[in-house]
Amino acid sequence: MTALLTDLKRLGSMKAPDGFAERVLIEVGLADSYAVFETVLGEVYVAWNRFGVSAAARCASAAEFEGMFKREVGRPLTPAPAPADLAAKIEDELSGKRRMRFDLRGLTEFEQAVLRKTYEIPRGEVRPYGWVAREIRRPAAVRAVGTALANNPIPYFIPCHRVVRTDGEIGNYGGGGPEAKKAILTMEGVRVNRLQELARGGVRYQGVKTTRIYCYPTCHAAQRALEKNVVWLHDEKSARAAGYRPCKVCRPAA
Amino acid sequence: MEGVERVFERMVREHQHRVYAVGFALTGNRHDAEEVAQDTFLRAYRALSTYPAERIRDLKQSPWLHRIAVNVVRNRARGAKPRTAELNGSEPDDAPGPETRTLQRAEMDDLACRLAGLPPRYREAVVLRHVHEMSYAEVAEALEQPVGTVKSNVHRGLQLLRGEDHDRVVD
Repeated sequence: MTALLTDLKRLGSMKAPDGFAERVLIEVGLADSYAVFETVLGEVYVAWNRFGVSAAARCASAAEFEGMFKREVGRPLTPAPAPADLAAKIEDELSGKRRMRFDLRGLTEFEQAVLRKTYEIPRGEVRPYGWVAREIRRPAAVRAVGTALANNPIPYFIPCHRVVRTDGEIGNYGGGGPEAKKAILTMEGVRVNRLQELARGGVRYQGVKTTRIYCYPTCHAAQRALEKNVVWLHDEKSARAAGYRPCKVCRPAA
Repeated sequence: MEGVERVFERMVREHQHRVYAVGFALTGNRHDAEEVAQDTFLRAYRALSTYPAERIRDLKQSPWLHRIAVNVVRNRARGAKPRTAELNGSEPDDAPGPETRTLQRAEMDDLACRLAGLPPRYREAVVLRHVHEMSYAEVAEALEQPVGTVKSNVHRGLQLLRGEDHDRVVD
């Protein structure tokens, strides 16, 4: 009689298998997995969960990435084999095709808006910080945009490197400093030196005489113009005075 | 007030073994036990996300989780007949140790298997009262049954487990 009760009691001391709690947390999206991927940018650590990619960084070691993730995201993180399609998505994303889903939970609404807007900047182009601020209807929050981009948890994939200063300085970059920012932009086909020269000379827009439209210099719609039809413009006021209207693709003015 | 995420994370870490053990006792095998335990926590999370803060704070987590676990097992049984133990010995041993442990393991599987053979109402009552060692009042709360019913079901369940079933199972 007591033997049965003892046995039943012992049944209650069963332990869940190793990693059970982590699997549950992963299933509901409260824990993330990560793996390291070989990309055009070298080795990139990428974390993901059921909502999408949640963090990326070029780190020297797994321990460094785990530490960074703990500080900045805070959810439990475990190494795992990558989902079948993630490597292909990473490659596509870095070559300008957009396929990735992101998990931006934990960021403020403002930060999310900044990152989503930044995600719209095409590969090979750059925009000023003020453009992002204006596009998300917070035109005065230029500095806050800079801060939000500096804290971008998913650099490279959410292309914060495509947001630059208007004075020709390349601007800070959380993903490896100004040099890394320049290198990535160059890889994407931006003529960084030329852009910097223009900016230092006070040139902000490229106008096309035949269409009377002005663009950001890297706007893909502006690249089709013949060299002889190009004029360089310093600011919005003089552009308008000269009879130019802002491009509807790159939206250099509201 | 801390977020539901933190509450849930702690709940999983704190109750995972007990919920798994109850799943094992109710289903009779390790594979189903893990599925039941996982389903239980997934439902718990979905429910928590809809609860107001004070309800989460005042929640008696253990009976609540076990009520969910019992319902998960009931729902599974509705769909398919519960499988009894897969006693082929090929499951990974999560408690490595001397051979006595292996013996214990086989005994546990055997007992869980016998439990799984009981009619659900006796099984649930016995598991919560004697495997999980809840009080009758707690079992009654978890199963949403009167205490008297629980007592008689536990008694009858133990009789059946001991093989004292010469008198016909009234069911």
